Amino acid sequence: MEKMPGWADAVLVPLISLLLAAILSAGVILAIGENPVTAFKLMVDGALMRSAGWGYTLYYTTNFIFTGLAVAVAFHARLFNIGGEGQAMLGGLGVALACLYIPWPHWSLALIGASLGGAVFGALWALVPAWLQAKRGSHIVITTIMFNYIAYSVLGYLLVNVLRPVGSMDPATPKFPETTHLPSFRDMFSTADTILFRGAPANVSFFLALIACVFVWLLIWRTRLGYEIRAFGHSETGANYAGISGVKITVIAMLISGALAGLMAVNTTQGEAERLILNSTEGAGFIGIAVALMGRNHPLGVFIAALLFGFLYQGGAELALWTTIPRELIVVIQALVILFTGALDNMVRMPLEKLFLALRRKEAS
Amino acid sequence: MEGQTETGRQATAAPSPEPAIELRGISKAFGPVQANKNISIRVMPGTIHGIIGENGAGKSTLMSILYGFYKADAGEIFISGRKTEIPDSLAAIRAGIGMVFQHFKLVQNFTVLENIILGAEDGALLKPSISKARKELRALANEYGLNVDPDAVVEELGVGMQQRVEILKALYRQAQILILDEPTGVLTPAEADQLFRILDRLRAEGKTIILITHKLREIMEITDTVSVMRRGEMTATVKTAETDPEHLAELMVGRKVLLQVEKAPARPGAQVLEIEGLSVTDDEGVERLKDISLSVRAGEVLGIAGVAGNGQSELLEVLGGMRAGRGKVRMNGQEIDLAIKYSDGKGRRARGIGHVPEDRQREGLIMDFTAWENMVFGYHDDAEYQSNRFLMDNAGIARIAQDKMDRFDVRPPNPRLLAKNFSGGNQQKIVVAREIERGPDLLLVGQPTRGVDIGAIEFIHKQIIGLRDAGKAVLLVSVELDEIMSLSDRIAVMFDGQIMGEGPADSANQIGLGCLMAGMGGADTQAMDGWRISEAAAPETPAQEG
Amino acid sequence: MTLMQKFLGAAAALALSAGAAVAEPALIFDLGGKFDKSFNEAAFQGAKRWADETGGSFREIELQSEAQREQALRRFAEAGSNPIIMTGFAFGNVLGEVAPDYPDTKFAIIDMVVDQPNVRSVVFNENEGSYLVGMLAAMASKTGTVGFIGGMDIPLIRKFACGYVEGVKAVNPDATVIQNMTGTTPAAWNDPVKGSELTKAQISQGADVVYAAAGGTGVGVLQTAADEGILSVGVDSNQNYMHPGKVLTSMMKRVDNAVYDAMKAGTDIETGINVMGVGNGGIDYAIDEHNESLITPEMKAKVDEAKAKIASGELTVHDYMSDNTCPVE
Repeated sequence: MEKMPGWADAVLVPLISLLLAAILSAGVILAIGENPVTAFKLMVDGALMRSAGWGYTLYYTTNFIFTGLAVAVAFHARLFNIGGEGQAMLGGLGVALACLYIPWPHWSLALIGASLGGAVFGALWALVPAWLQAKRGSHIVITTIMFNYIAYSVLGYLLVNVLRPVGSMDPATPKFPETTHLPSFRDMFSTADTILFRGAPANVSFFLALIACVFVWLLIWRTRLGYEIRAFGHSETGANYAGISGVKITVIAMLISGALAGLMAVNTTQGEAERLILNSTEGAGFIGIAVALMGRNHPLGVFIAALLFGFLYQGGAELALWTTIPRELIVVIQALVILFTGALDNMVRMPLEKLFLALRRKEAS
Repeated sequence: MEGQTETGRQATAAPSPEPAIELRGISKAFGPVQANKNISIRVMPGTIHGIIGENGAGKSTLMSILYGFYKADAGEIFISGRKTEIPDSLAAIRAGIGMVFQHFKLVQNFTVLENIILGAEDGALLKPSISKARKELRALANEYGLNVDPDAVVEELGVGMQQRVEILKALYRQAQILILDEPTGVLTPAEADQLFRILDRLRAEGKTIILITHKLREIMEITDTVSVMRRGEMTATVKTAETDPEHLAELMVGRKVLLQVEKAPARPGAQVLEIEGLSVTDDEGVERLKDISLSVRAGEVLGIAGVAGNGQSELLEVLGGMRAGRGKVRMNGQEIDLAIKYSDGKGRRARGIGHVPEDRQREGLIMDFTAWENMVFGYHDDAEYQSNRFLMDNAGIARIAQDKMDRFDVRPPNPRLLAKNFSGGNQQKIVVAREIERGPDLLLVGQPTRGVDIGAIEFIHKQIIGLRDAGKAVLLVSVELDEIMSLSDRIAVMFDGQIMGEGPADSANQIGLGCLMAGMGGADTQAMDGWRISEAAAPETPAQEG
Repeated sequence: MTLMQKFLGAAAALALSAGAAVAEPALIFDLGGKFDKSFNEAAFQGAKRWADETGGSFREIELQSEAQREQALRRFAEAGSNPIIMTGFAFGNVLGEVAPDYPDTKFAIIDMVVDQPNVRSVVFNENEGSYLVGMLAAMASKTGTVGFIGGMDIPLIRKFACGYVEGVKAVNPDATVIQNMTGTTPAAWNDPVKGSELTKAQISQGADVVYAAAGGTGVGVLQTAADEGILSVGVDSNQNYMHPGKVLTSMMKRVDNAVYDAMKAGTDIETGINVMGVGNGGIDYAIDEHNESLITPEMKAKVDEAKAKIASGELTVHDYMSDNTCPVE
């Protein structure tokens, strides 16, 4: 018995959640004496009305696509991967090592090499919690959270003691060599007389993210592995009946998840900073959870949700630039959206389901 | 039990004109599904009223409305002649209604006493509540013959005892009306008898009891009146004394049903499955199967009878590759490796073992998968379902699924529906279609008709017999003795992980099998010709009273 | 698209920057945030002083993420803010790339040298100030053992430490200086608990004056020193008021002055390297009503003499960052 049509579940619920978050945010902005309409206009202008704004929005979007997909893939196996942050950090290490120590002749090869590095490092970082979950039953939520801290410390140690150039104060690697620098949107889309995406960090890895979306869609819905991942996720006992090894699925799903999170580093580390810094992930691993939740763990949904969060991030930056809304309140607004679209999902869904039931009954009678 | 509510006093007074409980025109819909349609019943105080119906007939919905879990779309409830609103279970308890669920709602690591006062504590401090409860509990126990050790921890009690705790819990809350939902599903015959004695006593003390069941025998044995539900409607309410099982079954299904399966005599062939000294220890270290030996031939059905939880599930799981075991199992003469670490479901299928598992919702199907996805569940690795090295042939699978659904009369015949949107019978048909259509040499079948409506039961039984007649071996596990007796060619009875006895189905009788199911031997079992009775079956009837 | 861009840009400029004609200065705070009780807050104080005095206004932003560094710079530059001032060495890389794109905009960066024609690089001789407070610490110490607690172990903080040791040894060549760094990552700037633990450890080794060059971590150092009855030395801002009578002095790095000067100069700001030291009031030690009683006239005389010598160039304090070594231990 379907409670409400699929389109309502996929579109209406997030839309209403978003609206609620917007109303509450407007209240917050009003309360500190700013005009919410102006603020919203600023966000839209800054994030969507200028090519440079798009360049930032899509840069953040790229991050969120990768981490969102990472959470989504794991979630199809009912594994709650909270460790996207740590996996992305380690992915950054993989990217940095690939860029720094292998002399790439051209950025395209460097992109492949760095992607491989990021994916492998991210996957390996997810492997330990996955193995502990599969073999020892250690809860993956706990272990992946812990591994975020370990990742941060490992990265800190390596950056400070091993990778940092002599005399530098930043805990960061040296700049990557010129041949590894990825073409930014500006390089790709500007013509001789129009410069587009000036200064914006969006780069070719956005397309890598799109490819990842297609890849995940194929994996989950069209392959045997995806079938087994979903079967295991829906019912462990069912998987056991069908001869699907829970250990194998847990480990493989987490490896793929970790690899996707690790790929995020291609965007931040190789694409934007062009060196590895300590705080390159900036919470994108956690945003990925909200993105996956809002995107219903479907690659298309993840893409749309990532775009929304990209807009929120870039719009938030614009707010910080042009208004006196303090940084903390901008975070509050972003958190409200996460809260409503993610955690409070059922708050919107249940009344909506009731509404649809009532409507249907009316039709029937 | 002095100073009770109005209903209490009325109930103890001899035949009262006011019904203890009366429902008028109750309707409830879930979306397009009308679960209850304009239902009215009157239950007089001091009687046992049975409600019988197929799964999905709307019995549980009706009782949930009565207990405040659902709100009726229309209709009124009268308790002792007074119109009563029951918005939640608290209100139901206040109105004097107690409910004993099929799955007990007890806190496993609390004592009996703690469970009984849970939610009915008198104040912030536990001590006074407990000593008060202890006193009342003793009074209740004396009054109704419900003896339970108040300090026993619930998880250490047997199922029958736990049920008593549930009943005591309701009585402690001054329930005048007790609703029992399929209370005997988990009990041994002896425990069920005890339960009925208790219900008898409660009735004698003036309590009103509503008994929900799908077992005709129980209805005939204990109820005063019975209501039959079909497809959300109350089709009849009759005095039990004035009806008979055949008539009730007809009311339930709406047409005459063949309760007996027609089948030709078996023509057993070669040994397909040989089990020698099979033992299984579960994750908690409890030995679930103890040195079992059995064999199944081609062209015969071996039925395993027994009360749920005596090792039948583990037997199916070991053979289906879902858990590890020790001992020897040969399939078509070749030994199967039992020391598996994880699931060997795929390996067993490759050896020609099909498996209709006991719990289709948790094992046999993925409820959130579509019907077509479920139609290849377990066989999804087969080459015929792939379009190339990487991708599955989803469209092809959907076509195959459509075909199978048509042939097995799965309704609605839409392979794109999710499994959870089918009724229990149609879900089971999907599983059976998938497993039987592969033509396995051995079919493991667990509880094939649990929660399945009678129409589908007939169909599934025919499929199983058809497979047997095609010269395949069938190992059938069921807790429904009728089903075992009508389908099997040979029967083995399990108790406590052991085979109590084994013999031809023709010479078995219900009483003898019932004794073996309770772990007892005795005269009735000796009367069954051609049966080997295990030494483990105690010759005398031990008092299983707790 | 370009037309649209121009149009929107103009609209935005009109709507947002009230006095777009008059160039407004802009101030970008680093990730630590505006109210970090230390470096960024000092910058804010300077900007506020300028605004109060001149009635002018300025734009400001607290960064949320690394990617915003470049964004903030470019957006302010495009909106016509001038000069654009940023606090912290972490802007070095980005500014080096952005500055050439906006040749008509002036930038000022604090604590870092960026070699561009339109950039003023403000650096401080923290070694000189540390030398002065080191002398005071050595004179105030009765045990002959003083402590140094740094934040994150980077060359800049070693520069503090080296100057401090030199100052201590100048007064008492036999004195012992116990040195600890809080950590190796940016978290070390904000770990008062560890600061407190390190202070206790140093006290147990005999230290009776500790100098905290550790950002937010210093709060824990000063608190513990006050609780345990020994003296402490604050850093960056004047922190004497935090525990009156318990803080010996503070090594003041006048970030506020640097910001104030830059804003006052406006678009005429002088580019190139601007060294703030004892000589031009960029670096000093603090004396106010909270620590008068702790510093005797003799002590003051001795330190002021050294201060004059440094200002005149007669005395040079070694700069650790010039050769990544320190001549004294």
